[in-house]
Amino acid sequence: MTYLTKLSAAALSELLISREVSAVEATRAHLDHITAVDTDLHAFLHVAGDAALATAAQIDARRAAGDALNPLAGVPIAIKDVLATQDMPTTAGSKILEGWVPPYDATVVARLRAAGLVPLGKTNMDEFAMGSSTEHSAYGITRNPWDRDRIPGGSGGGSAAAVASFQAPLALGSDTGGSIRQPAAVTGSVGVKPTYGGVSRYGAIALASSLDQVGPVSRTVYDAALLHDVIGGHDPLDSTSLTDGWPSMAAAARDGLKDGALRGVRIGVIKELSGDGFQAGVTQRFNETLALLVSAGAEITEVSAPNFEYAVAAYYLILPAEASSNLARFDSVRFGIRVNPESGSLTSEHVMSATREAGFGPEVKRRIILGTYALSAGYYDAYYGSAQKVRTLIQRDFAAAFSQVDVLMSPSAPTTAFKFGEKLADPMAMYINDVTTIPANLAGVPGMSIPIGLAPEDGLPVGLQIMAPAKADARLYTVGAAIEQLLESSWGHTMLSQAPALTPTEMFASEEGAV
Amino acid sequence: MSEITAEQVAHLAYLARIDLSPLEITNLTHDLGQIVDSIAKVSEVATADTPATSHPMPLTNVYRDDVVVPSLTVEQALSGAPDRAGDKFRVPAILDEE
Repeated sequence: MTYLTKLSAAALSELLISREVSAVEATRAHLDHITAVDTDLHAFLHVAGDAALATAAQIDARRAAGDALNPLAGVPIAIKDVLATQDMPTTAGSKILEGWVPPYDATVVARLRAAGLVPLGKTNMDEFAMGSSTEHSAYGITRNPWDRDRIPGGSGGGSAAAVASFQAPLALGSDTGGSIRQPAAVTGSVGVKPTYGGVSRYGAIALASSLDQVGPVSRTVYDAALLHDVIGGHDPLDSTSLTDGWPSMAAAARDGLKDGALRGVRIGVIKELSGDGFQAGVTQRFNETLALLVSAGAEITEVSAPNFEYAVAAYYLILPAEASSNLARFDSVRFGIRVNPESGSLTSEHVMSATREAGFGPEVKRRIILGTYALSAGYYDAYYGSAQKVRTLIQRDFAAAFSQVDVLMSPSAPTTAFKFGEKLADPMAMYINDVTTIPANLAGVPGMSIPIGLAPEDGLPVGLQIMAPAKADARLYTVGAAIEQLLESSWGHTMLSQAPALTPTEMFASEEGAV
Repeated sequence: MSEITAEQVAHLAYLARIDLSPLEITNLTHDLGQIVDSIAKVSEVATADTPATSHPMPLTNVYRDDVVVPSLTVEQALSGAPDRAGDKFRVPAILDEE
């Protein structure tokens, strides 16, 4: 049944609908594959095998009874551990939440359950989504399926590695500064950060509330669109949720497969997101893709976004400031662990301080302290206030660019997957890595990463980032699906079919319970 | 622009309610100095006449109907608490004896 794990969600859905394959068979195939490969890769923090099989059996029964079901009903999915799930532990990769089982589901989780998708488990991530490599998880690293000595990106390295290694056709991610798009780029998968407010964040453990957005992770653009249609739309439980009606992203992706879908599409290439600091093979594949787009009838213009130069600086003021406030909720009273101080009196204040010392990892402490500094009296105007002004300037850069072009493009990340430990000792080196993805979060616009080939020098995946104006998410799916089809027909295969075969391990892998 | 000192880091850690070891304070003093030097460049372009943006998609007056809807039960709300006393969260002493 291993072939079932190789199928896209859309292809699997067809077999489920025609009842050639049952949801139980599909779920079991994925669970078996997790058992075979995830002891080594460690994409999952928790696998809920029995619950997944029970859910799948219910879907099979409903389908046999002739119930009207969502096309994705019976398709397995992995869920980033930042999203609250009332039947699985939710830790956000942090010791401070070890073993916490939330009393409610995140809205996106409730929506995918209602649509009949089958949750397989929870995926690894940098602690509270702070990081670009998943090395900051309190529960150990996740390996990149393309090269086990390299990072799978972050913070959503677990979700990206899970889909790239065929442990799940779909996953949910969250993207505050690139945590869906950069892992997609370095694992050869697809990831979408929707328009800010386009997908509910109720039940997503907050990192930086003015930047966080939940979105789909998959192996194809069409699969991401199908999942986007399930999770998107207004949620009264999230006061930042947009009340707009949304077109079908799946229909938009299908439009991209039609002949001539790219003819006359105006593409802007951002001058500031190229050149120095970009790996040669990344630049090469990016330029080759642009040439292919020209041959398909697209018009390419270079556009300038002069204030993008300040985006990383602004982001690393705004994010820590908001995070230091959001993470104040971990007070050792309502949820999470409680640790008593080794000495001194057992007051609430001392217990809280000892709990946070023991429960938070180094990167979380670094960002909370930095955020506390940026918000301090005397520094607020110079740092946080200035960063918010930069945000205005970046929005203006986007507005100017989108007055000339339909979509913007850049490499999704400046380099391919780097080695474990390479940037761990130097926080700024890790932060600069997000230079390509951060502007979209600051402005609230949607962005997508799709694979565009392997860098010749290291044979590792390169991603293309596509950005559209706020609320024009559908445009990403049309253009993304068109480019994906163009590239795959030029290669004669999909990107992930080229990934090295994973060796199954004989060890006991993820069973029910934390691993 | 930045002259981050160990005393400052210790004070910030107190404000943030995180105990730090002396080694952590030393490391964070070094890291923060570097990071603040890099991010201080925001002030180069943030002129007085540039308005601040706090939120990417400005929304105002988000209301819902004033109706009672189901909420967590007491058991659910207490289910993740490290300590409880009956139907309440049990917290350590608020005031120090000293």
